[in-house]
Amino acid sequence: MNLQDYSVSRSSKAARVAALLAAIGLLVLIAAPWWAGRADMRLMGELFLYLSLATLWNLMAGYAGLVSVGQQAYVGFGGYMLFALTMLGGLHPLAAIAAAGVLGALISIPVAVLIFRLRGAYFAIGTWVIAEVFRLSFAQISALGGGSGSSLPVAIVKSLASGRAMREALSYWLALAAAVLVVTAVYLFLRSRQGLALTAIRDNELAAGSLGIDIWRTKFIVYVVTSAFTAMIGALIFLQKLRISPDAAFSVNDWTAFVIFIVVIGGIGTIEGPIIGTLVFFALRETLADLGTTYLIVLGVVAIVVMLKAPKGIWGVIRSRYDLQLFPLGYRVKHIGQSKEN
Amino acid sequence: MEWLNAIVQGTLLGGLYALFAAGLSLIFGVMRLVNIAHGDLIVLAAYLGLTVTTATGMHPMAALVIVVPTMALIGYALQRGLLNQTLGDDILPPLLVTFGLSVIIQNGLLEVYTADPQTLNAGALETASVAVGGVAIGILPLLTFAIAIAVIWGLQWTFYHTALGRAFRAVSDNQDIAQLMGLNRRHIFGLAMALALGVTAIAGILLGIRTSFDPSIGGGRLIFGFEAVIIGGLGNLWGTLVGGVILGVAQTIGAKIDPGWQLLAGHIAFLVILAVRPNGLFPRISG
Repeated sequence: MNLQDYSVSRSSKAARVAALLAAIGLLVLIAAPWWAGRADMRLMGELFLYLSLATLWNLMAGYAGLVSVGQQAYVGFGGYMLFALTMLGGLHPLAAIAAAGVLGALISIPVAVLIFRLRGAYFAIGTWVIAEVFRLSFAQISALGGGSGSSLPVAIVKSLASGRAMREALSYWLALAAAVLVVTAVYLFLRSRQGLALTAIRDNELAAGSLGIDIWRTKFIVYVVTSAFTAMIGALIFLQKLRISPDAAFSVNDWTAFVIFIVVIGGIGTIEGPIIGTLVFFALRETLADLGTTYLIVLGVVAIVVMLKAPKGIWGVIRSRYDLQLFPLGYRVKHIGQSKEN
Repeated sequence: MEWLNAIVQGTLLGGLYALFAAGLSLIFGVMRLVNIAHGDLIVLAAYLGLTVTTATGMHPMAALVIVVPTMALIGYALQRGLLNQTLGDDILPPLLVTFGLSVIIQNGLLEVYTADPQTLNAGALETASVAVGGVAIGILPLLTFAIAIAVIWGLQWTFYHTALGRAFRAVSDNQDIAQLMGLNRRHIFGLAMALALGVTAIAGILLGIRTSFDPSIGGGRLIFGFEAVIIGGLGNLWGTLVGGVILGVAQTIGAKIDPGWQLLAGHIAFLVILAVRPNGLFPRISG
């Protein structure tokens, strides 16, 4: 039992296998325009965008303790920035998406300074007020169609790619790239020094503060970065939809309720959770969507039951049973003498 | 004179917002729970009023006799059956469970009553008014404001002069010690939710008489109630009334400038007060 017999490592066999499978899966998904139908590609594109939103919401709620029910503020803001910058500013759509991210970060700074004054659950409703302010403000801008909204002009859509097949493939790739970028960024962020601080805050805010972590600043950074990414995802969503209106852009059901259900069902506070949650959510939607409002009631009931009976979600149940971690964040102690992994 | 009129109407509207907020404030004060489904429960009360009035032909105000106890029962059952399980140090479970509840109520109402806008028919009460110094004041808004004052006075009295109020304050101060002194906190929380939803029932009926409603408007009502609570200061019911009035006046003055500005002006007033006085105007307890 010498100390030299043990080594500390982040990686595990399961994580290496998962990484390999993910790489193969990614190649297959990149090739989708050559094997999938148009409807399937649309559905998968939507799935990737929801996965991105869920991963971002999970970073805020599951790690930074910032439970927001107003993320539609940034989805809608990003969407409107895409329309405004291309229609009124003459920017290329891809440049507009990047600019939407920068503007989203900029506008989130004064918002954060203001609503960080509210704590816990009141913070949640405060974010909703902000989303309402955004919705009512954009409804006042007549150049963007006011309350009834506007469509993206054909010339701008064509500037992306001239053929329809190419356009659809490009829009699919953008969604896939966004999902990969967001999941990777969140993963790397959580492994960094800042991420360690964030995990410490999640586990015990008081203890983290007494160790010298600047809690306000860490949460502030998370909020601003999440807002920037959410705005970019919003721009991508409305690039797919080609039409925007205040009610669709700032819908609390579409951009927050569904996202919360995805994260809660999949497993809050884990990277794997939102991925599983998104797959479950789309499976439920494709099988139950014909039921209309009943489907939403079922979703609400499932989320409540999961929250009460298995608060760590589906991934939490799997992880506690099999001790798996596909995106390794923590460190494990291994015994080298017998070269057994646990 | 038009501006005076806007201020008077806004003040009276504030009474309705204070009623939205009173239940929210009460629950937060007793068990630190923020109920995201609060707005949808207000709308549920309005629909219950609709069912009672159409089934029996009663006047909506008379229907309160049925709707208030019904909502109180729902509140007690909801608290004992569901919400008590979410209480603890973690804010996530109550928040997400009430959020799920909000979606369930909203879509349940949609299923039963469809998305068509409805109103409660209160006959002559809807249009009656008195002229005071050149400003016409509707009887209904006046009555709403009077009810808001009566409800808040009643809640204050319950809190500080009854055994139930003592129990509320005891569990609010320290749940464990209250439990040791022989109070069943689960039961007390149930009673607090019952009382809160009783107030919500009154708010729902008055809302239904004043404007048309449909299942989707709950979120907006939650936000108005929440803004009134924060403007007034946490834990202060009279402050909540002042918060409601400030919000109501901001909205009517905003609407006077441009009809599209009505809701925006209310939200901006809230944000300005949040920036200047983060704890509200008259705070009693810290968040």
